[in-house]
Formats: sequence, C-alpha cells, structure tokens
Amino acid sequence: MRVLRSIFAHPSGRIGAAIIALYLLAALLGALGLTPHNALRQFPIDRLKPPGEVYWLGTDLLGRDTLSRLMLGIGQSLVVAFGSVACAALAGSLIGLLAAWWGGLADGLFMRIMDVLLAFPAILLALLIIAIVGPGTWTSIAAIGIVYTPIFARVVRGPALSLKRREFVDAARTFGSSDTYTLTRHLLLNLVAPLTVQVTLALAWALLTEAGLSFLGLGTQPPAPSLGLMLAESKNLMQHAPWLMLFPGLTIMLGILGFNLIGDALRDILDPRTQRRTA
Amino acid sequence: MSPLLSVRDLHVGFGRDPLANEVVRGVSFDLAAGQTLAIVGESGSGKSVTALSVNRLVDFGGGRITRGAIALARGNGELLDLTRADERTLQKVRGHDIGMIFQEPMTSLNPVHTIGRQIEEAFRLSQGLAGQAARTAAREVLERVRIADAGARLDYFPHQLSGGMRQRVMIAMALASSPRLLIADEPTTALDVTVQAQIMALLAELREETGMAMIFITHDIGLVAGIADRIMVMQDGVVVEQNDASDVLDRPQHDYTRHLLEAVPHFRAGRATRDDAPPAGAPVVSVEGLVVRFPARKSWLGAGGGAVHAVDGVDFELAAGQTLAIVGESGCGKSTTARALLGLVGKTRGRIEVAAGRSRRPVQMVFQDPFASLNPRLDVAALLAEPAIANGQRQDAALRERMRALLARVGLPEDALSRYPHQFSGGQRQRLCIARALMLNPDVVVLDEAVSALDVSVQARVLDLLVDLQREFGLSYLFISHDMAVVERIAHRIAVMYAGQIVEIGSARAVLSAPQHSYTQRLIAAVPAVDRRKQHFSVDMTQVPSLVRPPGYEPPPARWRAVADDHSVRVEVPA
Repeated sequence: MRVLRSIFAHPSGRIGAAIIALYLLAALLGALGLTPHNALRQFPIDRLKPPGEVYWLGTDLLGRDTLSRLMLGIGQSLVVAFGSVACAALAGSLIGLLAAWWGGLADGLFMRIMDVLLAFPAILLALLIIAIVGPGTWTSIAAIGIVYTPIFARVVRGPALSLKRREFVDAARTFGSSDTYTLTRHLLLNLVAPLTVQVTLALAWALLTEAGLSFLGLGTQPPAPSLGLMLAESKNLMQHAPWLMLFPGLTIMLGILGFNLIGDALRDILDPRTQRRTA
Repeated sequence: MSPLLSVRDLHVGFGRDPLANEVVRGVSFDLAAGQTLAIVGESGSGKSVTALSVNRLVDFGGGRITRGAIALARGNGELLDLTRADERTLQKVRGHDIGMIFQEPMTSLNPVHTIGRQIEEAFRLSQGLAGQAARTAAREVLERVRIADAGARLDYFPHQLSGGMRQRVMIAMALASSPRLLIADEPTTALDVTVQAQIMALLAELREETGMAMIFITHDIGLVAGIADRIMVMQDGVVVEQNDASDVLDRPQHDYTRHLLEAVPHFRAGRATRDDAPPAGAPVVSVEGLVVRFPARKSWLGAGGGAVHAVDGVDFELAAGQTLAIVGESGCGKSTTARALLGLVGKTRGRIEVAAGRSRRPVQMVFQDPFASLNPRLDVAALLAEPAIANGQRQDAALRERMRALLARVGLPEDALSRYPHQFSGGQRQRLCIARALMLNPDVVVLDEAVSALDVSVQARVLDLLVDLQREFGLSYLFISHDMAVVERIAHRIAVMYAGQIVEIGSARAVLSAPQHSYTQRLIAAVPAVDRRKQHFSVDMTQVPSLVRPPGYEPPPARWRAVADDHSVRVEVPA
C-alpha cells in the first residue's frame, strides 16, 4: 500500500500508473464485451471509415471497429505479458536463488545455461520455440517466459550471493533454520525491491515481444484481434487508411512507456538510499 | 601569542533546512601552534562534523555552516576566515595548511594506483615536485613514517599492505604538504591495539619533529590521554567541557565527562578481574587439536597451492558457568575458532565436543555487527521466533510470552515486538541479538566481538547485562575480543591467540597481571589507559607472520610450560 501511494506521489510514476490503469480498464471492458461495437463482426458498408462520430478510431478493410479491436487486443497483450513475466520471474528467481545458494557446479551449470539463452536475440529465440511447438496464446506465454528467465536469474543471483554471506544468514545457520526458511525469509524477502523493478520493466519488453510475434503471425491467430496483428494488416493500407497503423502503434508505444515509467518510479522509491531519506 | 586556529560559536546544520537540523551548536575553541586538541564524544556527538568544518570538507557531506567564525593563521601570517573562503582558497588551505587522515585506511587510498604514485601526487599538488624529485620525496616521507624498506614499498598497491601500514601511508600523504595542522579523524579505530599503539607513538614523534598542531577526534578518551594537550568533550553537538588534558582527566567538571571516564573500560592489568568463577566441573565444550585451513590460490591445474592456516592446533576447555575469553588481533584465528565451534566453517581436523545441553542446539552465537546480523525486512517478533521455528516449536501464546519475557530481561520495551531493526539503536539491536540467542535456552553463548561496535557507555551496560544473564541462566561464554580492557571485566579465563595458535592460557588474573609470552606482553603494553598516560611507548615494528603455508606444512608440536596452577604458556621457538 505504501509503495502504491509513493508511485502516485512520484511524477513519472503517476503518468505511468494512469496509462496502465487506463489499459487495464480497457482490457476489462473488452473482456466483459462492453466494447462500442462488436469487435469481430464485419460491417461491409463501413469499410475503411476514417475516425468519426460512429467509429471513433475508424474501421478496417473488413469494416470492423478499430477501437473495439484495440480494447480486445490490449487484453490479449496484457494476458500474454503478465503470464509470461510471471513465469519468467518465478523460474528465474528460483534458478538464481538456487545457483547462488548451492554455488560451485550447480551455479556454473545454471548460469551457463542462462548465458546461452541470453545469447540469442529475444524475438529470435521466441520464434524458434514457437516454430517448434506451434502458435497460440499459451505458447506465446511460455516462449516469452523462457526468453526473459535468464534476466531474472541474473538479477536475483548477484544480490543473493552477497546476502548469503551476510551475518543474519550465518545467524540463521546457528539456530539450525531450514534452507527453505533461509531462502525465502532472509534472501527472497530482501530481493523484493529489485524484483519488483525488474518485473515492471520486463512487462514492457514482453508487451513489445508479443506484438512482434503477432505481427509475424506467430502469436495470436486471426480473427482474434491483437495489436501486432492489427499492425500487420494495416501495412498495405498505410496510404489509404493511416489510422489503421497509427492507433495500434500508439497503443503499443504508450503501453511500453507506461510500464517503463512505473519501473523508473519503483526504482527510485525502492532504492535504499532514497528510502532512508524518507524513513 | 595568537592562536593558529580560532573557532567561535560554530553552528553546522544538515539537509534542506540546515537551521532546523543543526548537529553542532555553538562550538568555540582555540588551538595554538604545536598543540594537540582531542575532541572526544560518542557517535552522533558532532565531533567529526566540528573537525570537518575546519577544512570545510563538511560541505561535501551536505553540511552548511550556519553561524560562527573559523579563523586560521596561514603560513604567511595572513588571517583567514574559513567560513567565508571560496573553494579555490579552500583547496590551497587543504593542500598546504591543513592535512587530514581518516578512519578507514583501505577506503581512503585508491586501490588501482601504487602507494608511490599516490604520495608523489600529494607532493606534486602541494609543492609542485615532479619526476625523480617527487619520488625521492615520497621515499623520504615513507621513511619518516617508519616504513622499513621504503624504496621498494613505493611500488606496492594498497591491498598488499596491512591496515597499520596503510594508515602510515595516509599519514605520509598528509605530511607531504608539511601541514601546520593535522586533523586525525579516529585514525586508529579500525586498527588492532598493538598497531594502534604504534600509530599513536608515531603521531607523537612526528608532532615533536615537525611542530604541527593536531586535532584528534576519538570516542576513546583513554586513547588520547597520552597525546593531547587539551581535551574537548562533546555531547549532542554541544561542548560540555574543555580544559587542559590533565584537568579533564583527573578533575572532570561535567557529569557527562565523569560518565565517559567511568564507562571507558579501564585496563587495570588483572586487578579488576571477576572473582565469581564457578567451581570447576566437567567441561561443556572441549576442543582438541582444532585445525582450520583454507586453500590458498591454486593454479588452474589445481597444483602448487598452499593453504591459509587460520587455526593451527587449538585446544581449550570451557567449564559450565564460566567465561573463556579468546583475545588476539585481526587475523589471529579467534573468530574462525568460534565459527568452527558453531559449524559455520568446516574444520580441517580436530575434535570439538559439546556436552548435551538443555536444548537441541546448546551453542548459540552473538555477532559483532548488530546491524548486519538482523534481517532488516523482518520485525522483532519474526526475528525472535526464527530459532524456535527452526527447532520445530509452534508459534503460540507460550512462545510470544517467552519472547516478551526475554525482551524485558534484556531491557527492551514491550512494544518492540512489532518494530523493525532499523528503529533501534546499536546497543538495543545488540540486546535484541542477545535475546534471540537466548530463545533456545542455550548452555553456551559465543560472543564474537559482541560489544566492539558499541559506544563506550552502551558497551559498559551491555557487559553488565551479559554478566547478569550469565549468573541467572548459568551460561558459559566464549568471549572473542581484541579489547583487553573489556576482556578483563568479563573473563574468568583468558586464551591469547597469535597466528592461529593459542600462545598463553590461564586464569584472567594470572594472564593479565603476569603475562609470560612476548606477544601477550606486547598486547598488554599496547592497551591505552588514562592512568598509564605518562608512560612512553616506543614505535615497535614487529609484523605478524604470514599464515599462508606451503602444501604439507605442519606446525612444530607445541611445548607448554606451566607457570602457575591455572596458567600455561607456549614455549617460544626462535624463528
């Protein structure tokens, strides 16, 4: 609660939070079917209408309402982004924690695997995974999750290594505390701050990666609307109907900006140096 | 004679509103050329801020001088008000008139340059020397701070030198500008006692040679007794007493000065030991032939590596209800011995036997740094519950009751349970650590420098608490410390460790009053004390031997000589 309040007190955090709140609202309305028009229904008479009173953000080649499709697309993007980042954060933290805790061979092995994954460009690795398994929402979540796991492993391992040598961990060993207790209470709890920041930033990347995959036709499958897909469909109509490209593009950009702004704000808020000043 | 430095009604504040956050409130003093002023106080008393205001380094820490004047007589006779000087003038003042040495010799030297380069730079900046002239000057100044083989040492990097050597390099750099005033901010706090005595003797000799004035900041009033001409005692940003050193020490006027003088553990050479030693019984802990080695650097083929012999054949017994103190200087293996006892480091060989006790974990530990040994993200209730949870107890009303009782017993308020570590002072945190160690009802508590990080007055109260708890719960203490005066107050028996081995062991009174081993004698001679200030210390340059041994090295078997009933000393073998 305290953190939420500080985000609203932070100038860029406030903007970021407003954007993400708006996106969540749009996605929720979309999921409840409360869109201005049916996003999947085609109105052949209203093909390629520019933004106006009936269709606020215009229509596409098949006469479908852009705004309604954007709302569903945002929902789709957020589901994939949150799902994949949750997977990445869980797997990455676990791998990073165990690598730091066990050390030696396990550390070397885990982190080298992470290095190999990290060596591939994110989108290429995701493409590879989807090419093997086949496209779909769940595959996207898994693929993007795997792609961002190494970053979390690295973010956790470094501080975990230094926490492991702190005296309170030694103290825990003198009481005979279990490894699980020490790992969760003494290590993980002290890593909440860097993890929170990393999660927000990863959400921005995941959003972009999902759009990229859909653009290439390997993410969400038509006719379900998605931001990347809408961009892909608009690319041949750029001159006739620029709004078809403009609005999904802006939506992606604003979403990434929103998560990044929150991430920056969280970094400022959770930084122990600034924290001490306010405490 | 006009003073070298005259401070009048100095006020220094911090933060956005310096007037509201003043940490120094109206300090005035005069310092004549060649005089030494000691500023004594506990942490947060404003002693460092006062001294840093003199060369205006306080500006870089976010401080502002809000009122007052600091007049410095410069070398050319000009009188300068430092509170109004601009940064260019201040740089000149810092380079020529005022030298400074800091507490932490490791962090104040640049690790990527040789010490030669760093000293040469000091000469280049202050006297415009370059090339061979600077190098010669650097070698000479290193010789002046009594570093043997100075020419070769110039090419050393800071990490290749011991803490005492590094502090001498810092002093050499401060001397480069031939300052008329040297500010020393706790210059020996991070050092071992024997090294501290060396540095103090060196500073005293340099003062004689150069005739510079000194401002010496310290929390240890006993330490400055021998060197200060005047002493200024500070508390909460205010000077409570200042006078000639002998007046302050022998006829303190202010309550706080008296309190400080009483709180400082006076080392009385074995005359102040405890006489409540419990009757000898079966030992609760017995250690035999303990050896702990850490592999030293290995080549990548895994060959040719020696080992650091941190603990090399240590035997001792700890009886029920007794305090055995292990004293020695950093790197002597005393902490490693303690950690091996708790299984925090693996032993290479040897036998550690702990008698079955009141709980599954009869040995508990209190660490040196009360800030590092408590997880900052857990509240006190969770911190205290941890040992109980680890041993399978349920978190129920009985446990909470025990936590409350222990908190009250160590002198913490009832509402502490829901608070977090950062809301407590250092002394309170250490009490918390003691309470946590007692949660499992142990028989033995290992106290690893448990009071070293505390202010003297807090230290005295925690020591009293420890003695009370020992009587009440029948605890045995293994008390690891470098501070002879503290050890004298709490130990029944003392083991002196040097270079990984115990060199002397026996009853506290015998060891402290009639030390037999040359190292014990050196250690005791180095203890600063108010009532020994007239003694002269010579600069002793003995270095601790390296503990990195070639593979397969075994120490020669120990031969012991019994001095008295409970007092034996290791026979010294000439190296």
